[in-house]
Amino acid sequence: MSAAVLDYSVAAILWVAIVVYAVLAGADFGGGVWDLFARGPRAQQQRAAVSRAMGPVWEANHVWLIFLITGLFTAFPAGFKALSLGLFVPFSLVLAGIILRGAAFAFRAHASGGRARQRFGLAFGVGSIITPFLLGACVGAVATGQAIQPAQTTEQLLLPWTTPFSLVCGALALAICAGLAAVYLTVETRSSGLPELAEDFRVRALAAGAATLVLAAVALPLASSTAPALWRGLIGRAAPVTALAAVLAVFAALSMLRRRFRAARAAAAGQVVCILLAWALAQVPQLVPPALTIEGSASPPEVMASLLVTYGVGAAVLLPSLGLLFYVFKGRNPAVL
Amino acid sequence: MGVSLGFHIVFASIGVGLPLLLLIVEGLWLRNRDPDWKLLARRWSKAFGILFAVGAVSGTVLSFELGLLWPGFMGYAGGIIGLPFSMEGFAFFVEAIFVGLYLYGWELLSPLAHWLCTIPLVISGAASAWFVVTANAWMNSPTGFRLDHGRVTDVHPLEAIFNPGTPIETTHVMISAYLVTGFAVAAIYAVGILRRRGGTVYRKGLLVGMLLGSICAPLQVITGDMNARWVADHQPAKLAAMEGQFRTESGAPLRIGGWPNLASRNTDFAIEIPAGLSFLAYGNFNAVVKGLDSFNPGSTPDPRPVHLAFDVMVGIGFLLLGLAAWFFWLLWRRRRVPEWPLLLRATAAAGVLGFVAVEAGWMVTEIGRQPWIIYGVVRTAAAITPAPGLLWSFWISTAIYVALGTTCAALLLRLAGATRSGLAEAPETEP
Repeated sequence: MSAAVLDYSVAAILWVAIVVYAVLAGADFGGGVWDLFARGPRAQQQRAAVSRAMGPVWEANHVWLIFLITGLFTAFPAGFKALSLGLFVPFSLVLAGIILRGAAFAFRAHASGGRARQRFGLAFGVGSIITPFLLGACVGAVATGQAIQPAQTTEQLLLPWTTPFSLVCGALALAICAGLAAVYLTVETRSSGLPELAEDFRVRALAAGAATLVLAAVALPLASSTAPALWRGLIGRAAPVTALAAVLAVFAALSMLRRRFRAARAAAAGQVVCILLAWALAQVPQLVPPALTIEGSASPPEVMASLLVTYGVGAAVLLPSLGLLFYVFKGRNPAVL
Repeated sequence: MGVSLGFHIVFASIGVGLPLLLLIVEGLWLRNRDPDWKLLARRWSKAFGILFAVGAVSGTVLSFELGLLWPGFMGYAGGIIGLPFSMEGFAFFVEAIFVGLYLYGWELLSPLAHWLCTIPLVISGAASAWFVVTANAWMNSPTGFRLDHGRVTDVHPLEAIFNPGTPIETTHVMISAYLVTGFAVAAIYAVGILRRRGGTVYRKGLLVGMLLGSICAPLQVITGDMNARWVADHQPAKLAAMEGQFRTESGAPLRIGGWPNLASRNTDFAIEIPAGLSFLAYGNFNAVVKGLDSFNPGSTPDPRPVHLAFDVMVGIGFLLLGLAAWFFWLLWRRRRVPEWPLLLRATAAAGVLGFVAVEAGWMVTEIGRQPWIIYGVVRTAAAITPAPGLLWSFWISTAIYVALGTTCAALLLRLAGATRSGLAEAPETEP
């Protein structure tokens, strides 16, 4: 295989990791949001539904991020270095959010006493909000080509991820995560025989969908003015995918209105895939725009080849295990969850 | 980063060691259906749930910090040494999946299927430890690449993974994980028995923990000795710092204790065993041992922390070995689990000392490698991030870890039933 094929194969696998992380772990963050904003007469049941859905799978879902990071620094060390330097502050805050969210969730499951549980719950919710928000802002910073300068002054530390476009991207990521979680929870609560809870999450899914729509409507014009390269890609070669994302969003909302939860779940997940695909297509061949390309920042071909072999062998072990996990907790025993 | 690693290493060790204990006790339950074993497995599975979650998040922090704090290191070494991290990613993935199945599968899976989940847990835990430590071994003995005018070329990732330091360092670290887990578990039940929470469950927990720790203790002394010989051959400056050896001499004594005095270039107050070091390091009483003074100034580590940490690690190693011998001698004499208060107190201390030894050993290898981050290739100062506010991020992360560690410890103590407030589980304590 030529070096370019190797480089793009690894890049494609890492992109898949981002997608899976967004679709699965994104919903876990969204679960934290709904835990924090649990309201109404069934607030406790809502929290319990979130915990049941997340409990067995969130750690496995979380590992996609570790997979992505280790893959990035093995395959594209120059890109990883540039991102670490340019996004030092938001990455550090993301880590704080990840610690807060994961530890608080595990601690709460074993805490006794209402006050301790409440405090862990608060930490869980706050961590679940800041992490996807900042990750979304980081994606925005990368897409606009502002993540590339190493941050050495205070202004540079804050600049790339606090532009209006990056902040809107952060909010968009948060809304998408919350929406995914609510949609998944409609399916899981209804098949567990809890129709009132399914209604609660249906309302939340529709609200999150509306927020996503508004934020996307703000983000696109912002992109045209502040991130012209990205914008050209989105309406250029990625146009069909961008359009498909919009169609799926509408379809998900209509399915949700008509209480066709499973269809809504498929459409919502598909919408996220399309958004990330549009971003990737608009940006290729850049890894960290505007200066670092995929081929330009890749490790030597020997490394890429051994990484691909590792991924192949690893997938042979990983995919059946993942299948078993989701079969046991999401497929076979919906009523128990 | 040092704080993150020092923190993570505790949870990672338990994440590697505890699955083996789960495999043993749940297997015993399947065999003889003694409810005590099942109770132990269920308790430990709860503790494992908390510890694994904390280990997972602190591990994530580490993978990011490699780049955030050491962009120079990763930009340089990512291609060479990233592969074991990616493999570790898979091993950890498998572990996380089976943790989910194990922790939440008690009622959903058949007992046999549930027990089978511990096997991938043990394998993937050991594999992730192995992969990660190969990366550290590579920092000690970098191989698998060539330097061409400061550029890395000719990279052979497999050669980097199987660098000369790998076999011994990985073995030493993996055994340490089982060792500290064994003694930590034994310590919890020793405290329980001391507090008169007797009962067969406590004796069984103590026995299983001591058994694992005691098998590992002698192995650890042997691999430790092999490690020191390896260091003598490959990193003489580190050995000199470990042993407080300032002058090059033949028939060098083994110094136990003491404090390296930088002004007089001598290790004061040490107990010296004549020619001991020459013999241990090279198998010859007259062998020449290089001292710190024979290296260029600025290319050696500070011997004070290294010598102290080394002696702490070795000292604890022998204490644990002695404790293990004492325990099993009594067990063999009386044919029952000994419950002498003094022995139990020593066991309780051993639970903590094991972790102290792990931290000390890690300090020996890390501080002993200074001023290099990649031995003989890249200096630490050249690899650190130029981002401002590094001190801030250090103190904030330290504060987060302290909070996380204390919360975690409080919850675990409650689970262990070591505090009186943990009455939620009281009905289980006396089966």
